[in-house]
Formats: sequence, structure tokens, C-alpha cells
Amino acid sequence: MGKAWKFGHDIDTDIILPARYLNKSTPEHLAAHCMEDAGTLFAQDVKAEDVMVGGKNFGCGSSREHAPIAIKACGIKVVIAESFARIFYRNSLNIGLPILECAEAVAGISQGDEVEVDLATGIIQNRTTNMKYQANSFPPFMQDLIRAGGLIPYIEGRNKNA
Amino acid sequence: MSMTISEKILAQHAGLDSVVPGQLITAKLDLVLGNDITAPVGIKEFAKFGAKKVFDRKKVALVPDHFAPNKDLLSAEQCKFMRDFAREQQIEHYFEVGQMGIEHCLLPEQGLTLPGDLIIGADSHTCTYGAVGAFATGVGSTDFAAGLATGEAWFRVPESMKFIFHGTRFQKWVGGKDLILYLIGKLGVDGARYRAMEFAGEGIAALSMDNRFTICNMAIEAGAKNGIIAPDDKTFAYLEGRARRSYPLHYSDLDAHYLEIQEFDVSEIPLQVSAPHSPENAKSVQEASGIKIDQVVIGSCTNGRLEDLRIAADLLRGKKVHPEIRCLVFPGTQTIMRDAMREGIIDTLIEAGVAVSTPTCGPCLGGHMGILAKGERAVSTTNRNFVGRMGHVESEVYLAGPAVAAASAIKGQIAHPEEVS
Repeated sequence: MGKAWKFGHDIDTDIILPARYLNKSTPEHLAAHCMEDAGTLFAQDVKAEDVMVGGKNFGCGSSREHAPIAIKACGIKVVIAESFARIFYRNSLNIGLPILECAEAVAGISQGDEVEVDLATGIIQNRTTNMKYQANSFPPFMQDLIRAGGLIPYIEGRNKNA
Repeated sequence: MSMTISEKILAQHAGLDSVVPGQLITAKLDLVLGNDITAPVGIKEFAKFGAKKVFDRKKVALVPDHFAPNKDLLSAEQCKFMRDFAREQQIEHYFEVGQMGIEHCLLPEQGLTLPGDLIIGADSHTCTYGAVGAFATGVGSTDFAAGLATGEAWFRVPESMKFIFHGTRFQKWVGGKDLILYLIGKLGVDGARYRAMEFAGEGIAALSMDNRFTICNMAIEAGAKNGIIAPDDKTFAYLEGRARRSYPLHYSDLDAHYLEIQEFDVSEIPLQVSAPHSPENAKSVQEASGIKIDQVVIGSCTNGRLEDLRIAADLLRGKKVHPEIRCLVFPGTQTIMRDAMREGIIDTLIEAGVAVSTPTCGPCLGGHMGILAKGERAVSTTNRNFVGRMGHVESEVYLAGPAVAAASAIKGQIAHPEEVS
């Protein structure tokens, strides 16, 4: 269980990880500047198991994988959004950052709520309001990617089985 | 089975007779692109594969353009890391500073992006190459790494949307940038999310290749997977002398299925600006007229081509940049720079008080060469005006085409070109 960090619609990758920090790509460096321009103390106060919540088109803009790497390195357990921009969606699956689409959960979760997520079932529970939500399920191929922990372990596993 | 141009390209590269939207495919790649920001992350991932060599050293392009020429020590290390990899792997299309340009201006110019190609690039504006009839899409560093190792990528076949621009009577000064900002204003930044955007009609046919690159470049700003324009005589003329391999020609079937078809009359589209902090905040330049600015940027993978510079020079000829404005011009490639010099464009710009830079992405993403201070405002021909995109979190960017940018540089405020010509 962790605390919810709630953000709005169209959260772009420049907000998630400002370009001025792209001159280095270690996860610790990126985590230290995650959401820095969003006007919150997110990077300072975030704790492992916390969840990030966004509106529609989360992660739009630049293809920088630094954005999901930063979120993952902060300890965020899962990003829940109404919808994801496509490159961010791919990147998250590829690097093993869990993401879930669930408009009802986004509407029902407020900043600071205690949220518990079962990644295997996609069930999201808001312990603060005692509400329960079911996230959309992924197509089978993407479930395989997620189970493998990302694209590279997935391809390696496929090659081994071939 | 009838298909769109995007579906045909994907089917061919997947070795299938046909594909349908929603289908997941694995397809062979004609080109895999990375830059000094995204490639280093990808190269480290590539090292995790068993593969020692890239799938084909002739089908990889590496361009140091974002924080290059090296903007600081850390950037120098990233550029060096990519350069060392390029040398070790004998990457044919590595472009060193002096040869390099902004990647999406450079690769088409070099004939590396051809009709019918399937291209992934670890840069969201890879969709630019749809202007020559390629299926090109932006990916992250891990997809780039997998592409380097395997020469393949997975795709979900996108639903296609068609945008038909009727007529050829453009309002004066209106170009590709205005069409695409106008369209993004109608669609919103996720209006084409996961979709293929196909641009067609007499209006598109009338546009030059430079304008078509501008349009396809910004498909991502509507959330699209790719933007594409079917090849025509202008495409073939552009490719003449550039293409060094043969290419297949694909066209959408007349009865191909589109999720949506939207039609516009080009004569009704006025010069556009997109207000902070989203490309979807498009409006006519008159609606933003008079807003005080501090900087003008003309360049980028969106509008750093010869015609863009020519438009700027035509407006700035015999005039001066407003004394309170910094006007920065970034030609997209060395060839564009040289052509602009030969045409007298660079001379005209310098005479007017413009600072002309070697090619780089520079200030577009707040990298270097023109960062905005707190409270400053710019008019820029680039593609994004997100919070903090060009510098301080409290700075602002108005997106526009080169004519509005040049006119605004002269006036010191957002201006219509008629106000200065």
C-alpha cells in the first residue's frame, strides 16, 4: 500500500523529466529530478510503493525513456491513468514499469489517498475511501512482456525457447 | 483486401499479405535511428543482448544533434559514448559534427528515408519521414536497442485517420506549419492517439516537400503513431539524386477503411500560433497579436529547412531585428546552411541582426543556445511549448511558422507579416 500522487491531463515527458537533466542517464540522477517542474515536492517526498495517478494522454511528447526510468527509480509501484500516450506506454512495458488504465480509479483517487494495487489482477483499492476498481486488461502479448519484466528479457526468453 | 498506405507498408515488412488495425505484428526495419540523448541509454540496453554486432551497420543512423556540439561536460561524455559505439560497430550513417544536422532534416536530405520504408527512431519526431511516404515512428531507447540487435520491432497496426485539404488558394504566408497547428487545434494533443494520420488532397499536393516535412513532423503532437503523405511527382523529384536504392510504391486503396475522414478548405486557414503550454492552443495570429516577446527561434526539425529560412530572410531583408529581441536561426543541416549562404539568405539575416548557429536542436528542448530566463517569452518555429520546454519553468513559448516568427522578431511582439511588409 502506498500514497497516491495525483497529476492532471496531458502530463508530458518534459514535465516528468525536464530536458535540462538529459545530459546524464543514471536512474538515481533521473529520480532526483522527476516531476521537478510540476510544482510539487514529489521527488523529495515520494516513497517506495507509492502510486502515480494521471488523467488522459499521460506521458505525451518526447520519446525519452528517461521519463519512465525516473518514475520507476523513484520507487513508484504503478502509474494509473485514464489513458497513456503511445511511446510512453511502449517504454513503460519495455522497461518493466507497471502501468494501468482505469478512468474510474483516476476519478476516485485524490492526492494523498492510500492506494493498494494488485498488479496480477489489475484490482485497485482506495483504502482511504474504501472503493475498489478494476483496470483494463492488457492484450496477451503485452501481458507476456510485463511478465518477462520488459522487452529485453522477453526477447531473450523467446530466443531461448526458439 | 483493401488497405491504407500505412497498413500496406506494415504488412509488407511483416511478411503478410494483409494486416488489420489492432493486429500485433513483428516487422523488419529499414532504418533504426538514435541521437546523443536516446542512443546512450539504448546502447547500454543493447549490451545486455547476446548480440555483439548490430543487425546491419548500414541500416543504423546515429546523429549527435540534441546537446551537440557538446554543450557541457556530461553531454560531451554522452556524445563520446555514442561516437565510440559508432566506430566500434562501423556504423555507416554516423554523422560527426561538421557533417551532422538536425536528424529529421538530415536523414531525408541524405536519401536514407525512402517511400515504403519502415523506420523506427529513438526520437518522437521520427514521424517526419512520412512526408516521403515511409512509415516512420518514434520509440524509446529499449525499442531502439532491440531494433539494433534484431532488425525488428513489434507494432500494433494503427487505425488510420484521413485529413483531406481541399483547394490550393492558401492565404498569403500560410504554409505547412499553419495547416498542422490548425489541425492539432481541432483534434487536441491526443486526438489522433495511436493512430496513423494520412494527409491528402489538392492542398497537400500543392505543398513543397519542406512544407510536407513540417506537417508530418508534428503528427506526434496530436498523439499519432505516424503521419504519412503518399508519394507523388514532388516526392520523386526530391528523391532524384538522393535515393541510392530502389523503393516500392504504396498507395491507399480507394475503399480502404478509415476510422475518420476530416476535410478542410485551405483558403479558410489563417496564419496560426499555438499559445503556451500546449500545441493544441492554436489560434489565428491576429488573436495573439501584440503579445510582447523576448526571443525568436527559427529552426528545428519542424522548420529549419531552406524554404523556412528563405521566408524569414524575405521578411527581414532591409529591416532590423527589434533591439529588445534576440533572434536565433538554426539551419537544419550543413547543406541547408551552405545553400542559404549561396542564396544570400545568411547575409540578409546577419545584416538584420540575427544570430545564425550551426545546426543543433539547441533551445527547442531547452538544451542550449538560447535558454529562456524566468518570465521570458519566445515565438518559436519549433514543435512543443510545454511548461519549461525552452528554459525556466515560468517561461513561455508561442509556436508559429517562419513568417510569423520573422515578423515578430522585427516588431518585438507577436505580429502578422503584413505588419512589416
